[in-house]
Amino acid sequence: MRSAEILPLRPQPPDFAGPFSAALLSPDAATPAQVTGPHGKRADKRYNVYRNNVTVSLIAALASVYPAVERITGTDFFRAMARFHVRETPPASPLLFEYGRDFPDFVDSYDYAADMPWLSDVARVERLWLDSYHAADAPALRPEALSAVPPETLGLLTFKPHPATRLFSSTHPAVTIFAMNRGAGPVGRVDDRPEDGLITRIDDEVTVRLLAPGDATFLSALLDGQCLATAVAAAFETEPAFDLPGAIGEMIAAGAFSHIEMESCHVEHV
Amino acid sequence: MAKVDMTSNNPMKTETTLRFPTISLSGQAGTSFKPEHLAAIFTQSGRHGFFEVHAENYMGAGGPPHRALERVRRDYPISLHGVCMSLGGPQPLDKDHLGRFKNLVDRYEPALVSEHLAWSTHVNTYLNDLLPLPYTAATLAHVCDHVDEMQDAIGRPILLENPSTYVLFADSSMSETAFIGEVSRRTGCGLLLDINNVFVSATNHGFSALDYLTDFPLSGVGEIHLAGHAEQEDDEGDRLLIDSHDGPVADAVWRLYEIVIARGGSIPTLIEWDSQIPDWPVLRAEALAAQAILDRQANRREPSHALG
Amino acid sequence: MLRTSVTTVLLAGAITSALATFASAAPLTKAEANAAMAAHKEKCYGVALKGQNDCAAGPGTTCQGTSVKDFQGNSWKFVQGGTCASLELPGGRHGSLTPLDRDI
Repeated sequence: MRSAEILPLRPQPPDFAGPFSAALLSPDAATPAQVTGPHGKRADKRYNVYRNNVTVSLIAALASVYPAVERITGTDFFRAMARFHVRETPPASPLLFEYGRDFPDFVDSYDYAADMPWLSDVARVERLWLDSYHAADAPALRPEALSAVPPETLGLLTFKPHPATRLFSSTHPAVTIFAMNRGAGPVGRVDDRPEDGLITRIDDEVTVRLLAPGDATFLSALLDGQCLATAVAAAFETEPAFDLPGAIGEMIAAGAFSHIEMESCHVEHV
Repeated sequence: MAKVDMTSNNPMKTETTLRFPTISLSGQAGTSFKPEHLAAIFTQSGRHGFFEVHAENYMGAGGPPHRALERVRRDYPISLHGVCMSLGGPQPLDKDHLGRFKNLVDRYEPALVSEHLAWSTHVNTYLNDLLPLPYTAATLAHVCDHVDEMQDAIGRPILLENPSTYVLFADSSMSETAFIGEVSRRTGCGLLLDINNVFVSATNHGFSALDYLTDFPLSGVGEIHLAGHAEQEDDEGDRLLIDSHDGPVADAVWRLYEIVIARGGSIPTLIEWDSQIPDWPVLRAEALAAQAILDRQANRREPSHALG
Repeated sequence: MLRTSVTTVLLAGAITSALATFASAAPLTKAEANAAMAAHKEKCYGVALKGQNDCAAGPGTTCQGTSVKDFQGNSWKFVQGGTCASLELPGGRHGSLTPLDRDI
């Protein structure tokens, strides 16, 4: 795509990179004819060093994005699954912390993981964790900023998301399973219920919170730029027992937003 | 083409106010920076040496990696080592990546900037390994264009590192040392001499590491790399060394290093250790061993400097 | 359309209440979070997991080869291991790995 846009400054050299790279992710392909050992020695094992470097380093990259998935499945299972994915979908960017965005969908399609329908959602939480880790820096909303707002205008507030904030919903207990497996602690019984999670970074530390019913609707509306009154109304529509003070306390403690703005906002406001 | 000084890797500064202190790494030994060593590094006494980071690992928008690098940079010079520019590949350089690299150079004001004579991207696939290229007139012209483009983009010269390789190309028509010397002559880039790479390639391809070092344009070298390697076998059962960076520097590489320093002077030297990373004292001990060799050479030279 | 009306009193009360109490909702350490989970808390909402920045910073680039050999075929599609068998989900949907009868 890029090479079609830009004319080369001088005639292209023979494309040594095409044949060399073609066999790197195909273990059964022949060693490229262009390569050799010294004095015409065979180069099969020599070329395999490059195959091995590419495959092992990319499997390792997936393992470091998805440590909970690896702990859940065990290392051998994980490496086999990751090896398929690396060959199907190698990175498109040299920034490896961007790699593996397609891995959760791959896990969904991986027959050997079919007994763990929640596994791909655990992977999605881990991918969001890493996005939050590398997201841009910004201050967290100070509670004093909220207490300074005149009560009659509270409903019109909008909240500017912190760049590291991510919201996640699963039909499975993905947040609990993630939390149990992200470290080395014990695993045990898990309530089989849908779970919502909030991933934020505050004081340079990524945290994952399990949200109460209604919280995700509330936060999703705020993250979309809806004003506070609209978000509150939407949350109560979804969940009559929505705990509004609890949700506001959580979002401030989590550093989910960086500042507040006053916008004109059409809402039934009594 | 970038207007650069052949022997100096210093930035062409226009700003008068620096965000970070300028700290010389002349005659010093450093190590790869690993975030898990951060606390140990800052509990030790003294602030000698320097640290090298892979540029790409600090190309995220924000977060803990930048906090760690800022902390290091406040007290130490850093070397920014790119591993993904794909200077040796036939396709055009990634303009976005050049922009990101320039941003890092501007932000952290590294004492050294380096990249590899290798390629890692083909079309839109990033292969995460330093892959080899044939040495021909055509690839030479292309690599020079790429080095020029990178130096223009970041506004300062780079050091180009010699690779370790496991295969040769049947259609290569130049030696690696002649190729590298010509890139340096045409582009004004400095060189990063990786002595472990020399030893690995010499073993793998059956040439003399000493001959290679004799042919290498030492006057352009702005940094030396030392690292550990692993041993496997090729198809004929002969020794095939892997540039694995997962252990201490081999004795043979230390001996080559002493020869290079005796010939080339106290060139800043970096210990690379990137897999099976040891506790900080083990890595630091490797750097101190290099520092002792650098200091011995500096003392040997001092009388003539004082008189001259 | 939303039918719920949101009053100033409701919002002001919620903000006041949240600001008075949010400090107590500080994130737990990993150990505390694990303890909370392990104690089968009926309601563990707000349990926040943190403290893993050091062990999970994501992948870095490599400029080295590897001495670990693993580029060959797919001999281990199914291998028992990991914590999945210990994760008990109601209804028997625990994640024990089972080999497939067919090849994929």
